[in-house]
Amino acid sequence: MSERRPLGVHAVLIISSLLMVAPFAWQIITSLKTLSSATAVPPTFLPEGRWDNYAKVFDLLPFGEQFLNTVLMAAGRVAGQVLFCSMAAYAFARLRFPGRNLLFGLFLSVLMVPPQLFVIPQYQIMSALGWLNSLQAIIVPGLFSAFGVFLLRQFFLGLPREIEEAARLDGAGPWRIYWSIMLPLARPGLVALAVLTLLWAWNDLFWPLVVNTDPEKMTLSAGLASLQGQYQTDYPVLMAGSLIASLPVIAVFVFLQRQFIQGIAHTGTKG
Amino acid sequence: MASRGPRTEALWGYAFIAPTGLGLAIFYLWPVLQTAYFSFTEWGAFGGHTWTGLENYTRLIADPEVGRAVLNTLTYTALGLLGIPLAIVFAALLNRPGLGGVTLYRTAFFLPVVTMPVAVAMLWRWLYNGDYGLINQVLALAGIDGPNWIADPATALYALIVVGVWSSVGYNLIIFLAGMQAIPKELYEAAAMDGAGRVRQFFSITLPMLSPTAFFISIVSVIGSLQLFDLVFVMTGSGQAARANPAYSRLQTVVQLFYERAFVTDDRGYAAAIVMALLVLIAVLTVLQFRLQRRWVHYV
Repeated sequence: MSERRPLGVHAVLIISSLLMVAPFAWQIITSLKTLSSATAVPPTFLPEGRWDNYAKVFDLLPFGEQFLNTVLMAAGRVAGQVLFCSMAAYAFARLRFPGRNLLFGLFLSVLMVPPQLFVIPQYQIMSALGWLNSLQAIIVPGLFSAFGVFLLRQFFLGLPREIEEAARLDGAGPWRIYWSIMLPLARPGLVALAVLTLLWAWNDLFWPLVVNTDPEKMTLSAGLASLQGQYQTDYPVLMAGSLIASLPVIAVFVFLQRQFIQGIAHTGTKG
Repeated sequence: MASRGPRTEALWGYAFIAPTGLGLAIFYLWPVLQTAYFSFTEWGAFGGHTWTGLENYTRLIADPEVGRAVLNTLTYTALGLLGIPLAIVFAALLNRPGLGGVTLYRTAFFLPVVTMPVAVAMLWRWLYNGDYGLINQVLALAGIDGPNWIADPATALYALIVVGVWSSVGYNLIIFLAGMQAIPKELYEAAAMDGAGRVRQFFSITLPMLSPTAFFISIVSVIGSLQLFDLVFVMTGSGQAARANPAYSRLQTVVQLFYERAFVTDDRGYAAAIVMALLVLIAVLTVLQFRLQRRWVHYV
């Protein structure tokens, strides 16, 4: 039986893909214009090669510092969550201890609360520690994640028990088993969590906005958002800035597309 | 050997969960209790607070700003759900066997998901600009005089919803695609033998089998939409600048109002009450959805 060629399907998908991508294309074109040609009526569709807009971003904001802050925050949160969440997830999946289910329920309860509920007391903790406007303020609360524990526990539950039991008979302790046997086996789960944590950390706005108000200590998303409400905004420069700010995660997505998509898909299919 | 006993295993268990357990307790569980407490207090200029009972809550009920923010947020949430059928249709198109270029299409749909929301909001603010925005310039070619989308009370909220759907459709699409690929092929083969065409198969197999996934996504979308902040914050800013926007009262959301009270006007007790009300709103709508699921979700 021969299939009809899916021309109609392609037509719909091509048009909608263009709707998804066209705004970004316009962003790139705008970022290469002068302000006067960006606001020209009727519009011009050719980019003009004003690459100095990309340099001007660094005058408009302490962009280099904010970029570094964002990288360090994302790296810290990813490393912390992958380590701490995998430890807890392994314990909940494989070790027996009194109160295990109760504690796991307590962990899960964090997932159900809207994050804004944590913010005022977290702010006070940071203030009491003297951590306002610091790197640790934007990293530390993000080291711990109930979602990460939940996600990885599902992975550990799916791994074969035999390997673990063999190792135990060979005299390996829980740390050895976790570190040298279970972690390598859970790699796809760890990558999924790392990728999702990177996405959330990089794009996070609310917490960095609240806790770091000094432009030098801000992250990129807060830095860009702080430009709002200023009149006479130089849109080409702003477009260049938000393009640079988004680029690292887009690059990671392009390279790790499979893991990214599996990570997202996992948030939905495993219950 | 004693060190292999259940007691050692239990100690290791506690040691493994200790870092995350302590972190969650200090930064997440304790703050919930504190926020609940703060919602019954009023804050002075120097951070001290006094117990005022239900005062914040009576003020909240009478506050027209809260009413507007809740209404805007609910409208955004309800209309945002329209993105779900859209995502199902696109996932079904992409799931067609033997279709070429799937990776390319998937990447296009996913680009808005991985792009920084602040950057997305900024980009759309520019597209929506009443004078130079691309949308109005294109409309002008057709002789239509477009409004100043996000500064016009008649269009602002809907303009926001378009951005919300545009930036989340790819995320939902991926989850639906994963759900579709988990549907056993035999079902489709059997249906094809019975002479069911592609459209019939979609409505009799794909949709019912996908309903648990759709349920999951609607729960997550509703919770996410009720917490809308980034988009609005970038579109309007905060404080005086935000109030200069004629559409401000049509754009303000619950979380944005919370942010303003907690960190712009330093009215933290009232802000705590606002966010407690949000918790109740989320809980009510989630329970409601669980109740309604019996009517439309099919579990195998």
